[in-house]
Amino acid sequence: MTDALVIRNLRVRIEGKEILKGVNLTLPKGEVHAIMGPNGTGKSTLAYTLMGHPSYEVVEGEVWFKGQNILELEPDERAHLGIFLAFQYPVAIPGVTIANFLRTALNAQRRARDPEDKGIPIAEFRKLLKEKMALLNMDPSFGGRYLNDGFSGGEKKRAEILQMAVLQPEIAILDETDSGLDIDALRIVAQGVNALRGPNLGVLVITHYQRILNYIQPDVVHVMMDGRIVESGGPDLALHLEEKGYSWVREKLEGDSVLA
Amino acid sequence: MTKETPEIVVRGRRRESRALVKTFTFQRAMVRMAGLSQGLRAFREQAWDLFESLPMPDPKDEAWRRTDISGLQAETFRLPEPDAHLDLAPLDENLLSPLAGEAHAGQVILLPGGVRTDLDVSLRAQGVVFTDLRTAERDHAGLLEARLGKIVRPNEGKFAAMAAALAHTGVFLYVPRGVTIEQPLHSLLWGPGVGLAHISHLVIWLEEGASVTYVHEYASPTEEGGQTLHVGLVEVYVGEGASLRFVELQSWGEHVWNFTHERVRVARQGSVDWVFGAMGGHVTKNFAELDLVGEGSSGRMSGFYFTDGDQHLDYDSQQNHLAPHTTSDLLFKGALLDRSRVVWQGMIYVAPGAFKTDGYQANRNLVLSRQARADSIPGLEILADDVRCTHGATVGKIDPEQIFYLRARGIPEVEAKRLIVEGFFDPIMQRIPFEGVRARFQEAIQRKMQNLKG
Ligand SMILES: Nc1ncnc2c1ncn2[C@@H]1O[C@H](COP(=O)(O)OP(=O)(O)OP(=O)(O)O)[C@@H](O)[C@H]1O
Ligand SMILES: [Mg+2]
Repeated sequence: MTDALVIRNLRVRIEGKEILKGVNLTLPKGEVHAIMGPNGTGKSTLAYTLMGHPSYEVVEGEVWFKGQNILELEPDERAHLGIFLAFQYPVAIPGVTIANFLRTALNAQRRARDPEDKGIPIAEFRKLLKEKMALLNMDPSFGGRYLNDGFSGGEKKRAEILQMAVLQPEIAILDETDSGLDIDALRIVAQGVNALRGPNLGVLVITHYQRILNYIQPDVVHVMMDGRIVESGGPDLALHLEEKGYSWVREKLEGDSVLA
Repeated sequence: MTKETPEIVVRGRRRESRALVKTFTFQRAMVRMAGLSQGLRAFREQAWDLFESLPMPDPKDEAWRRTDISGLQAETFRLPEPDAHLDLAPLDENLLSPLAGEAHAGQVILLPGGVRTDLDVSLRAQGVVFTDLRTAERDHAGLLEARLGKIVRPNEGKFAAMAAALAHTGVFLYVPRGVTIEQPLHSLLWGPGVGLAHISHLVIWLEEGASVTYVHEYASPTEEGGQTLHVGLVEVYVGEGASLRFVELQSWGEHVWNFTHERVRVARQGSVDWVFGAMGGHVTKNFAELDLVGEGSSGRMSGFYFTDGDQHLDYDSQQNHLAPHTTSDLLFKGALLDRSRVVWQGMIYVAPGAFKTDGYQANRNLVLSRQARADSIPGLEILADDVRCTHGATVGKIDPEQIFYLRARGIPEVEAKRLIVEGFFDPIMQRIPFEGVRARFQEAIQRKMQNLKG
C-alpha cells in the first residue's frame, strides 16, 4: 500500500487536551474520501496534524505515505512529498502577490525534488497560472492581488483550489472548502477539483454538507465523532446523514459500547 | 499581518551613565567664505557662532533620551580636502548602473571634494536649476539666499548649526513656476572614508504649480578603523499648487554616524509625497517635519527601514497642521534584526484655527530577533476644533500562522520569513520611482534576511 496515505491509531493533543483518540483511515491515491461529523469533533485537527502544524502534539500513531512516516517530517517536507491542505481559514500574507507566492512555492517544491532545478521560467509559469485561473473562472488580475488579503470568503476558497491546481499534489485534504461558497462558486470549485482527479491524486474532503458530494463523487464516506472514525460507507452514507443527522450514529455508538 | 501588541514606552526611562562627548575640532577658518555673496557669508558666520555656542544634545532631552551619542568620536572628524575622493573608496558604480537604462532628467553625484552634474538642456532653458551646492552659491546666490536657513533654522540644534556653517556639499533644486518635470531627478551623496565629516545641505524649491519627482541617496561602503560622520540639512519649499515627490534613501556604511534635520513647508493647495528609506549607518538621528502652512495643502510621509547588527535608528517626525483643510498621512514601517534598535517618535500638531484638518500617523515594527528593540511613540497635540486625527503604533513579530501557511505549500521556513518581510515592505517599496533603485533596496533586504536563522 505505498500508493496510499495510511493513518494508524492517531492520537493528538492540543494544549493538553486529547482531541484525536485513535484515528484509522486509509486513503489510496485515485480515490476520494469524505469526512463528515459534528462541529468540534476533530476534523480540522486531523487536517492540521497531517500537514504538521506545530500546535498539535502527536501522542501516538503513524501516518505513512511513500514509505515514510510523515509525522517525522517538517510541514514543507510534507508538501514536497505531495501533501496539500486547503485551509478552512486561510491566512492573509499582505504584500505578497498570489503570483509571486505560487512561483516561490512551485520552485521550492521543484528544488526539493531536484536540487539541480533552476526554477520554472517566468513565461512558462505565467502560462500555467493563466490556464489554472481560467479553469476556476478567475480573473487574470487576481494573480496580482496580495495573498488572501481582503479576499471574500469565496475568493479565499477559490484561491486554495488554485494553489492545489498549480502545485499538483498527490494527496489533497480539503477542509470545508465548500463552506462560504455560493452555488455557482461551489460548482466551479468542484469542477476544478474534478479536473485534477486521476489515478495520481487522493482527496480527503472534509465537509458538513452532502451538497458538494453531488459534484465531487466520493468513493468512501467516513463519519468522525469525538476524535474517532466511527462509521464508514459509500456515498449513500452522506445522503443518510443529510436526512437523519448524527443522532443515530451516536445512538448506535452508545449501543455498541453498552454491548461491549 | 503581525500579531499586533501595542507597545507604548513610558517616557522617563533614563540611561545609567554617559561619558561626556568630546568636542569637534572644527575651526572658524573652515567656514567657506571665499567667493560667496554677502548674504551667504553673513548666514554662515551666524551659523558658526551658533554652532560654537550651542551645547551638544543633552541626553536628558526628550528628543535625545533614547539615542546615546556618547560613543561619537567627535574629535576625530575632519572635512574632506578638494579631490579627496581620488584617494578614497571609489564610487560604487552599481549605484548608478541600475539607473542607466531608465531615463532621468538630471543627475548630481556628490563625491568628497568633487562633483558631477548633468541636467536636461530643455529644462535648463526653462530656468530649472539642479546642481551642487557650490555651483549654486556661485551662479544662483540670489535664489539660494531666499530659502537657505529659512525653513530649518541653524539655531534648532548643534547639528543644524554645524551643517549650516560648514556644509561643503549639497544640492540645490529650483523649479520655476508652472514647470512640470516628467522624468525623475536623481542625486547621490557618496561618503567614503574614515574620520571624515560629510556635511551636506539640500535646498529644494518648487514655485507655484511646479511639479517634480526627485530621488536623493546617501551611500558609502562599510569601512574599518574608525567612524565617519554625516550631518545634513534638508530644506524644502513647495509653492502654491505645486507637487513634489521626494524620495530619500540611506545606505550608509555601518561605521557612519548620521544626524539630519529636515523640513518640508507646503503652501496653499501644494502637496508633497515624501519617502524615507534607511538601511545603513551605525547611529542615525533624524528630525523630519512637515509644515502645512497653506490652506488645503497636504503631505504624505512614508518610511521604511531595516536594521541589523548593532545599528541604531531614531526618527523624530512632526506633522504640523498650521492652516485649515490640511491633510497629512504618515506611515513608517520597519523590520529589526540582531541587537538593533529603532525609535520612532511622532507628533501631529494642529494649530489653533487649523480646522477641518485630517492627520494620520502609524508606525509598524516587525521585530525579528529577541534582542532587537523598537520603541514606538505616537503623539497628538490638537489646539483646534473640528479636526480628525488618528494614530497607531505596533511592535510585533511574524505571525507563526503565516509561516505555517507558507511552509504547508513547500516553502522552507527561512524563505517563508523572507517572503513575509518582503511583503511587509512591498506597499512602501512601490513608492520608489526608479525600478533600479527599488531593486537595489529589495536586494539589501534580502541580504539582511540571509542572517536570519529559522
Ligand atoms: N488551537 C486550539 N486551541 C485550543 N483548542 C483547540 C484548538 N484547535 C482546536 N481546538 C479544539 O479541538 C476540538 C476540535 O476542533 P476542530 O477544529 O478539529 O473541530 P472540527 O471537527 O474541525 O470542527 P468544525 O466542524 O467546527 O470545523 C474543539 O473542541 C476545539 O475547540
Ligand atoms: Mg474544522
